[in-house]
Amino acid sequence: MILRLDDIKKYFPVRHGFLQRKMEYVKAVDGVSLAIKRGEIFGLVGESGSGKSTLGYTVVGIHRSTAGKIIFKGEDLATRQHMDVRAISRKLQIVFQDPGSSLNPKRTIRQTLELPLKVHRLGTRRERLGKLRELLQKVELPEEYLHNYPRALSGGQRQRIAIARALAVEPEFIVLDEPTSALDVSVQGKVVRLLLSLAKEHDLTYLFITHDLSLMRNVASRVAIMYLGKLCEVAPTSEFFKNPLHPYTKMLLSSIPVVSEEEESLKPERSVPKGEIPSPVNRPSGCGFRTRCPLAMDICAQEEPRRTLVNEEHEVHCHLFNNSRIKGDYDWND
Amino acid sequence: MTYITHSRLSKSVDTFREVWYKFSKNRLSIVGLLIVLIITILAAFAPYIAPYPAHAGRFVNFPEASQPPGSRHLFGTDVNGRDILSRIIYGYRFSLMMGVFVLALVVPIGVTLGLIAGYFKGTLIDTVLMRITDIFLSIPPLVLALAIASVLTPNLTNAMLAISLSWWPWYTRLVYGLVSSLRNEFFVQAAKATGASTPHILFREILPNCVSPVLTKMSLDMGWVILMGASLSFVGLGVQPPKPGLGSMIADGTQYLPDSWWMVVFPGIAVMIVVLGFNLFGDGIRDLLSEEEA
Repeated sequence: MILRLDDIKKYFPVRHGFLQRKMEYVKAVDGVSLAIKRGEIFGLVGESGSGKSTLGYTVVGIHRSTAGKIIFKGEDLATRQHMDVRAISRKLQIVFQDPGSSLNPKRTIRQTLELPLKVHRLGTRRERLGKLRELLQKVELPEEYLHNYPRALSGGQRQRIAIARALAVEPEFIVLDEPTSALDVSVQGKVVRLLLSLAKEHDLTYLFITHDLSLMRNVASRVAIMYLGKLCEVAPTSEFFKNPLHPYTKMLLSSIPVVSEEEESLKPERSVPKGEIPSPVNRPSGCGFRTRCPLAMDICAQEEPRRTLVNEEHEVHCHLFNNSRIKGDYDWND
Repeated sequence: MTYITHSRLSKSVDTFREVWYKFSKNRLSIVGLLIVLIITILAAFAPYIAPYPAHAGRFVNFPEASQPPGSRHLFGTDVNGRDILSRIIYGYRFSLMMGVFVLALVVPIGVTLGLIAGYFKGTLIDTVLMRITDIFLSIPPLVLALAIASVLTPNLTNAMLAISLSWWPWYTRLVYGLVSSLRNEFFVQAAKATGASTPHILFREILPNCVSPVLTKMSLDMGWVILMGASLSFVGLGVQPPKPGLGSMIADGTQYLPDSWWMVVFPGIAVMIVVLGFNLFGDGIRDLLSEEEA
């Protein structure tokens, strides 16, 4: 177990009303517990507004969690008195969604890549330059690019630079926040392949945030589905696609576009989502998904569904499966 | 080695060509640039260019007093017999000095405050800084500068201080607006996640992205600062006699209107030209920098 999230919450205060006296909270992440194993690629899937990116930012320390524990290699990062971003960033890194915005247009590639090394006081000037060349090699870019500005690079090349920046301090864990969604389809595959080979080479663990289920199918070892700041279902990838349980998961799987009859037959029965994801300020009572769920029952409005373990590795948060609830918790012993 | 030098040189020549192409697309920008260049040269080399350098100071020559424009005195003479052209050239000297000093004082202060307030948006720092800025902005700059200048002893330094005090909030506002959106850019988040210090994020990551709008505002502001300096000088709160201020020359000449019109008209046109020149030049800079962004 490299990373364990224990009931993580991230609320953003919103003031409104006369003289901004009323205080409400956007519950972007509302109690997420996860355990990620060393060396795995953990897929976190959800639609826009599900809180998946916020969770990623909270893990790397860009947001401070409202409540809960982030336990990285046995050390709690979240409840430290002064959360030391610098210490965290050596072990946990992030690659952002849009490489157009994640690289400063006014700084050269060299300046951008050198920053993490400088912050952590790694090496002399000469050693750092060697390290930068090595990094570019790793992401398969020519070293001449060091002196360029991001605008001279294509989207895919920029994302490679962003990956190189994350690798600069030799972290063990990288949060990938939709690393391919801003790229051309032809480039997506190359970037994903690069990420996979880097993971193998450097023994990296990824939290791969995406809304692309078909990508997860090929890449992730386990998949978690998020909806309105909460988890719906967590399962190993093969089981996830073979035996989806949560109505929302089924809905998502049935909406994957396919090209062949064969693929079509693998999909669960088509259920069309009703309406839009509700606002995280005014969550529906009970289960967050009940307003769009075709199988909603009375209890769904009254009680929040608890975690149900279907088998050792497959958990689902839905009242439909409460009867068969197996009492138990994570097995923390890897 | 020679190859590198050569390629760097040709590269910078290329950049210059590109810059000039963008700047010169608007003909008026070139006019502005020419005006700014000529006035700067006039001001810098006033002692060599002015036909009567001595007339810029304490000088009296009553036989030639109040002469209309002619071959000896292109713009005529004032009541003390001093050459108005020479005094205008020296007047530009003080005006440009004022513009440069005011901006040199105002821009670093205003920009830094804007950076800090924008970066800490929503906190107490933001509230305090921006409310102070708002208070200064709510008073018309000329009125504020007049009030401050009249409290202090009237001279050039205090006039510059007075204008500076009423000018910095504009830069704070401008940069505050820019930073409020830049702070959410992912490259700022990335630097933060790396553990970079706040000064690094403010001055190395965010500030370079504010340079274009600030430069544009500076080039446009030069004209306005000079105009305001002339206004202060008009009411006697700027350069003190016998030194020539463009405003005070106009003020002195008003007593002899309409007969000795040249005492007012030429300094007036001089102010107009410098303001116009910097505005056209500023427009050119704006075109240049805004296209660079695209």
